[in-house]
Formats: sequence, C-alpha cells, structure tokens
Amino acid sequence: MATPVLDKVEAEASASPYITVTFRIRRFNPEVSAEAVWEDFQLEIDPKERVLDGLHKIKWDLDGTLTFRRSCAHGICGSDAMRINGRNRLACKTLIKDLNPEKPITVEPIKGLTVLKDLVVDMEPFFQAYRDVMPFLITKETNEPTRERLQSAEDRARFDDTTKCILCAACTSSCPVFWNDGQYFGPAAIVNAHRFIFDSRDEAGEQRLEILNDRDGVWRCRTTFNCTDACPRGIEVTKAIAEVKKALITRRF
Amino acid sequence: MKIHKYDTVIVGAGGAGMRAAIESTKRSRTAVLTKLYPTRSHTGAAQGGMAAALANVEEDNWEWHTFDTVKGGDYLVDQDAAEILAKEAIDSVLDLEKMGLPFNRTPNGTIDQRRFGGHSRNHGEAPVRRSCYAADRTGHMILQTLYQNCVKEGVEFFNEFYVLDQMITEEDGVKRSAGVVAYELATGEIHVFQAKAVIYASGGCGKFFRVTSNAHTLTGDGQAAVYRRGLPLEDMEFFQFHPTGIWRMGILLTEGARGEGGILRNKDGERFMEKYAPVMKDLASRDVVSRSIYTEIREGRGCGPEGDHVYLDLTHLPPEQLDAKLPDITEFARTYLGIEPYTDPIPIQPTAHYAMGGIPTNVEGEVLSDNSTVVPGLYAAGEVACVSVHGANRLGTNSLLDINVFGRRAGIAAAEYSQKADYVELPENPAEFVVSQIEQLRTSTGTERVAEIRRELQETMDANVMVFRTEQTIKTAVEKIAELRERYKNVAIQDKGKRFNTDLLEAIELGNLLDLAEVMAVSALARKESRGGHYREDYPNRDDVNFMRHTMAYREVGDDGTESIRLDYKPVVQTRYQPMERKY
Repeated sequence: MATPVLDKVEAEASASPYITVTFRIRRFNPEVSAEAVWEDFQLEIDPKERVLDGLHKIKWDLDGTLTFRRSCAHGICGSDAMRINGRNRLACKTLIKDLNPEKPITVEPIKGLTVLKDLVVDMEPFFQAYRDVMPFLITKETNEPTRERLQSAEDRARFDDTTKCILCAACTSSCPVFWNDGQYFGPAAIVNAHRFIFDSRDEAGEQRLEILNDRDGVWRCRTTFNCTDACPRGIEVTKAIAEVKKALITRRF
Repeated sequence: MKIHKYDTVIVGAGGAGMRAAIESTKRSRTAVLTKLYPTRSHTGAAQGGMAAALANVEEDNWEWHTFDTVKGGDYLVDQDAAEILAKEAIDSVLDLEKMGLPFNRTPNGTIDQRRFGGHSRNHGEAPVRRSCYAADRTGHMILQTLYQNCVKEGVEFFNEFYVLDQMITEEDGVKRSAGVVAYELATGEIHVFQAKAVIYASGGCGKFFRVTSNAHTLTGDGQAAVYRRGLPLEDMEFFQFHPTGIWRMGILLTEGARGEGGILRNKDGERFMEKYAPVMKDLASRDVVSRSIYTEIREGRGCGPEGDHVYLDLTHLPPEQLDAKLPDITEFARTYLGIEPYTDPIPIQPTAHYAMGGIPTNVEGEVLSDNSTVVPGLYAAGEVACVSVHGANRLGTNSLLDINVFGRRAGIAAAEYSQKADYVELPENPAEFVVSQIEQLRTSTGTERVAEIRRELQETMDANVMVFRTEQTIKTAVEKIAELRERYKNVAIQDKGKRFNTDLLEAIELGNLLDLAEVMAVSALARKESRGGHYREDYPNRDDVNFMRHTMAYREVGDDGTESIRLDYKPVVQTRYQPMERKY
C-alpha cells in the first residue's frame, strides 16, 4: 500500500500555536462570600488543547483556589461536565478551537444541582435517581459461575447505545424539566433503566417500568432533545426515553 | 475529627476495590473510601479486554495462558500466582457476565474473543483469540457492572474521602494494621477509620510521567501511605510503556486495534515490527513493541517534521469493523487529532501506562512486611499491589483480569479475617501525621509551586527513566528527584480553605509521587540488567544469575532524621517454566 502521509496535521504542528484567550468563570466559595461572581482569566493556549487544559493552566499558574473535578482527561470518567459557552459539555472533550476563542469562553457549573464551590456541584441527588431505577441485572438464577449464559449478537445490540453512559450528568443537568423540578428522575436515570429493560437477560423490566410510570418518571419528559445534544458519548438519549415510554404503553420490550 | 469503626475498610473504588467490596460486604461490615466517585476510576479507561482461556472461538487452555503470562513478564512472574490468575480467569469472566456485563457476542451467542499482544497458541506458535471484550470499552463496562452490583449489594461508599495515612500498631514485634486516616474533601474534616482489615485498591502512580495514559488522579497514594510506614514496595523499577498512546497527549489507543488487524508503520510506510518480532509482529509484548518504536525513531525512521512518532494504521480495515469493534479510540483520534482513521493513519508514541510493581502481597492479597511475613489485617489488590503476576512486563488484558481475580480474593480473605480477628488498638494520637501534614501545607509561606515541581518531575522521568535507561540517565533522575524533594519542603498552596480544597490535595499527591519516583529510580539504578519493561542500554541482556529476583525497597529513617532507601531482594517463585530466551 501507499506510504501514509499526514501533511495537514504536521504543517499545523510546526507553526507557533499559542493564542491568547479569556476564560470567564463562574466563581463561588461560601467560605468567602455567599454570592457567585464572574471572574476573567487571560491565558496563552494552543487552540488544539482542551478547555480542561485551560482550567489547569489557571489553577496551576494563576489561581490555585479555582476548584473543579476531573480525572481521566479524555471523556471516559465523566468527572468534568460543565456548562461551557452555555452548553453542557465535558471540559476534557471540548477543544478551544471549536469554541471561537475570539470571545471570552464562559465556564459555569452544570445547572439544577446545588453548587458547592466554583464548578463543583452536589452529585448525590443525581446518583440517588440512578440508584432508584434498580441499575443492575436481575435474574432468577443465582450469580455463581457454572456455565456460560448465551445472548445473541442481535439481543446484545438492542441496548448497546445506553451501555455507553458514563454518569457525567451532562444530560440530566441540561433538562429544563429537571431544572424546574429536581424530583424528576432525569434522562440519565432513564437511560440506565433502558439499558436493563432492553437487555434480554434481565427479568425485572416490569418493575423498572412501574418505577418510571411514576409522576416523576418518563412522562415528565417534554422531548426538548437538550439531553441528546448534551451527551458527550453520543447516546440518543431522547430516543431511549421514547422507547421506555412506548414500552410502558405496549408493555413490550 | 471523627472516629468510625468497620470490620473491613477498602481504599479505592476502581475495579479491584469494588470487586473486593462485593465479596466483603456480603461477609462483613464494610466501608469503601474513595477519592473519586466510584464510576470515575481509571479502570473505566481500559479498553481492549480481559483475558481468559474460554476457548470460545478457537482452541485454548489456561496452561497456555499461564505460560504467556510468565514469558510476557520476562520470567520475573511468580508462577504460582500466574497459574491462579489464568485458572480463575474463566470463572471470573463468567461471573462478570452473570453480573450483567454486556460482552460482545459470537454468532452463536457465546462471549466473543480477540487477539492481544503476547497471548499465543501453544507456547508461542501464533496469536490466539483470548481477550473477552465489549467493543473498545471493556474497562468501562467492568467498572459500570461492578458499581451496579455494589448498588445491588448495598455497599457503603465514602465518596471523595482521601486516605492519607495507614495506621500500624506494633504488638510483640508484629506490625498490625489498625486502620486508616482519611480527609474528607467536601469539608476538610479528618476521619479515623478503625478497621480489623484494610484493603488497598487505590490504583497506580503513572502521573510521575508527563506522557501517560494515566488519569490526573493516579498519584500512588496507597503505595506511598504504606511505604511511609516502613513497609516495602516490590519491583518498582518495572513500569510499562504502552506502545500506542496518542502522540504528545499519551491518551491510550488500545492494543485491540492491532488485535483487530491494525499495523504500526514508520515514515517509509514499512511494517517495522516484522523485523523485531517475526512471529507475533505487531502483537509482540508491549515492552518489545515500545522499544521497537523508539528504535525506529532513534534511527531516523520516525514520522513528522521532528521524526518523533510512528503511525498506527487502521486504514485497511473496513469502516464497519472500526465502528463495531473500535468506536471509542477512533473517536479519540477524531476529537483530539482531527484525524479520520478510516482514511488516515494515527500518529502514536509509547505512553507511560502501568506499574508492574507495588505493595507486595501473597496470593490471598495479604500484604508482606518483608519477603515472607504477613501484616495481619492488611491487604492489597490491583495495580497498587504486586502479587507478582506481571513480573517485569504485564500482558495486555491481564490487568482487568488481575483486578477481578485478586480483588475478589482479597475481598474474601479480608472479610473472613475481620470476622475472626479483634480490633487492633489505635495508635495514641492516630491523626497526628495527617493533621501536621495538612497544617504545614496550609500555613506554609514557602515560595515553591506544586505545578512547577510536578512539571520538572515529569520532565526528568520522561527524559531519564522511560523506555531506555542507562546508569547515567537514572543517576540524573535520582539527583533531580532529590533536589525536587528538598524544594517540596518549601512548597506553598494558595487555597487555605476547608471546603473542596483540591489545591491542598494536589500538593499531598505530589509528595506521594516524589516518594515513589525516588523508589522507582533507585530500584532501577541497582538492577544492572535488562528485563521486560526495564531496559538498560549499558546492560542490554537479561542476567538470570544475578537478577532473577524481586526488588524490595524499604524506607529507612536514620537517628538524625535523614531518609534513605534500603534495597533488598526476594526470590522468584518458579514452578513449571524454566527461563528461556524471550522471542516473539
């Protein structure tokens, strides 16, 4: 085969890459003040770097008090969902160049969960909703490994999309219904219920559907698609919710 | 300060910690202390699969798997442990499936398997399909499945609790674990957890390198906590450099990409691995492939204007196969490099990936205080531990296996121990060390910055103790680390608050990294041979006469308070396999 070439990327790499950008960050520290304020930081950054890299530059070189969660830095652990330029995204999966660095980049905590400090929110209500849908495989047989249980590739594919969830809360905290009423299970919990309802090995679909038939369940969804837009894993969240609604009506899943 | 009492305390909630917790919670009152929410752990970043000789798609058996593991580890593996790993792999995979793990399936509905580096048919004849996988997100599925089952079992988590100290009480000359001291991130409060049994499952320490696949949070906190208390660390000089990290960023691109048929090429488009590993080619063990990549780069056949990387070429694979089997890593290439893997090769370089060494344990997960003495009530499993099933070089897919096999074993052993043991009396002032450490950092008026010291540490580690090492480079690293440790005493933080003080925690984490980097470099300096992931250009051959032994590093404190590292050695357990020349 032909020698692979990579002209485009390497031409970019050789030029001096740094530009100056402004990060406009929503700051809140109840030990200092009860009010949240916007604070601007200017920094030099390569546009191919992540928003998370920018936050680190601020924390490490400018202001050590800036507080946010992060871990893997490549979109797998789900720690750093935040509202960037008004949209929920993972800071580690959002590149500066994709944001129009001419204007200040605004960074705020995700909405609908109590802000504890700067970009850190209270995740407990989010995980409680997740736990409430019984997010684990329920079968009549015991858990002891004896011989292999089979599942067809088609049955496995049926729920593939919703297995990708990393519980970052980008979807739930982008949902206007959730903003107005924190009792609503929210998209992420429904996605995780979907993952089991449509798993051919699971035997508790009816129970999960009953949980989601609650007044704070799937019927609160107003199909605004914010969740699907927000999902950093590309899960078709609104579609999954619709499938759960349909299963509730037809009792077929 | 709050005091808690539990039968069993588990430190860390990645794969090993949660696998242990599922067993331990059934048998004893268990608390899991974790500095991250459980689903944030770096197990979730593992991609390619979990090895088990299920023989679903072709002939295979656990003995071949044992041999590959021993050979992959360049014969530094304890062979009794490797045999347990390979035998229990099969139940371990089936167990995860029963817990709900959505493995990829074969057309007849069994768990699908694919090729992976170093895993072979009949002792090296040809690559074998042994890796059980879920696309290229096997670690994610394992982490989610284990967390789901922790929810099911009602496991009690203390999220965002940083364990900063291991309490040891010496009675009748025997060191016993009394529990741990933790710092609550949300409030700044200190918690003492008295426990009959403690299991460390706190993961690796790769963040002392700059180019690494490791999360920001992988700072060796568990290793550092026990090391500081006089317990040894084993084989710390052995660190794995994964061949295919995204160029300059280090983000992991699974070996499964080569298992699916991906090929490494140099700037001439040559499939260079044919020269270095005629049989296994691109699927040779990771240490071999990483050295081959750097050899190509050093000899001027690297790609790009600076010739500092090579290509992972997937362009000959059908897009449908990439979408089905490698969806995440192809997305990483698009997101972070702006490259379309259907049509363009991906620039890669080796990335610091995995610590083979760690806290020495026996096959029940019991921590050792020397070559053979168990510390009653103290356990470790996963990357933090050294059983040693990985020896001098871990095979791909053996770490997801390790956390499940030895996480389960440690969970059972610790819970059974705590059911029959009594509490060990707490030390007189149990939180003294942590209180003074935090106070010192909060009130320091020093002039050194955490970020700057960490940057210099990472630079010296990348430059001097990576894939190729010599006496000179390692000495340079040892001296630099000593300088940085001295400067660290003068470090100051800006955030003096109690609430979510991540500035403070980063400073503490840096202290842990410095301790472990020093152990690594000093252990590497003394090992005057090349074996697995430890390659000495000044001693390019393996030396079984002098170095077929595990390194045991102890922290010593002199009467005048000066710290030093004492190295000792431990024999390797050999059962079935005599050391042979390692060829792929």
